[in-house]
Amino acid sequence: MIDKSALGAVGAPFELDVERGKVHEFARATASSHPAHFTGDHPVIPPTFLTTTFFWEQLVADSNPWHRVKMSPERGMHAEQEYVFHGPPPRAGTRLTCQSRIAEIYDKQGRRGGTLTFVVMVTEFRDASGKLVAEARMTGVETAQAPTESS
Amino acid sequence: MSVRWEELAPGSEPIPLMLGPLTRTDFVRYQGASGDMQPIHHDEPFARAAGYQAPLAVGMYHAGVLNTWATNWLGPENVRRTRVRWKAQAWPGDVLECGGTIARKYEENGERRVDLELVCRRRGDGQTVIEGWMTFVVPA
Repeated sequence: MIDKSALGAVGAPFELDVERGKVHEFARATASSHPAHFTGDHPVIPPTFLTTTFFWEQLVADSNPWHRVKMSPERGMHAEQEYVFHGPPPRAGTRLTCQSRIAEIYDKQGRRGGTLTFVVMVTEFRDASGKLVAEARMTGVETAQAPTESS
Repeated sequence: MSVRWEELAPGSEPIPLMLGPLTRTDFVRYQGASGDMQPIHHDEPFARAAGYQAPLAVGMYHAGVLNTWATNWLGPENVRRTRVRWKAQAWPGDVLECGGTIARKYEENGERRVDLELVCRRRGDGQTVIEGWMTFVVPA
């Protein structure tokens, strides 16, 4: 059951170093062999690479406010994911400072009855000068019943 | 391999990228790369206990491959926005077709841009697995 008081919760800032080997590994894992990911000392990241915050947020206590939402593991799903880049995406060798917040919680009526609760977490990524270089929007949804295979 | 602005038009898109048949190894490789170690995507007994007949594909995995179809064409350094919405689960053995179309071509703040609509579909039943939207700049 979602705790709506989590709205507005802000995580502690954490760092993410964009590493060359990690860019190679992530590109390979998403079926890319584009030379922009594999050439030179500072290859550009794949578009969904910033999901690797998984590795970095766990080094800092209270960095991930998603835990405060208390979404049900059985009825919760990743509904949407978005990344916005305010210029070319970051390259290996960049240190980003990241901070997440619970930006939206809202209900919608499901098509097959029951209420769906959506939660949006926004993470901002800033470079060493403090400039906002990227934003992530993760939308989770909790259904009234356990999700079943739709096909 | 750079794309010419004049040639970008609906109908000029590259053919879809065929992904699969999906394997558990694909999911594990992606999970190791991303750091999302959710066991439902690789631990068979765990997935069965949750009511599934097999580990389900990691949504961010085929979302990433759908993005790869577009970056192979328009260049990873030119991405300015990507959004995906999951519509259905995918499973080991599925073959997914990752492609898309040009939705809009325009200039904004002195930059040439193109918006894409993407879709990841399961071969066989044609089920839409992911809908996506991306924006690229197209350098002169």
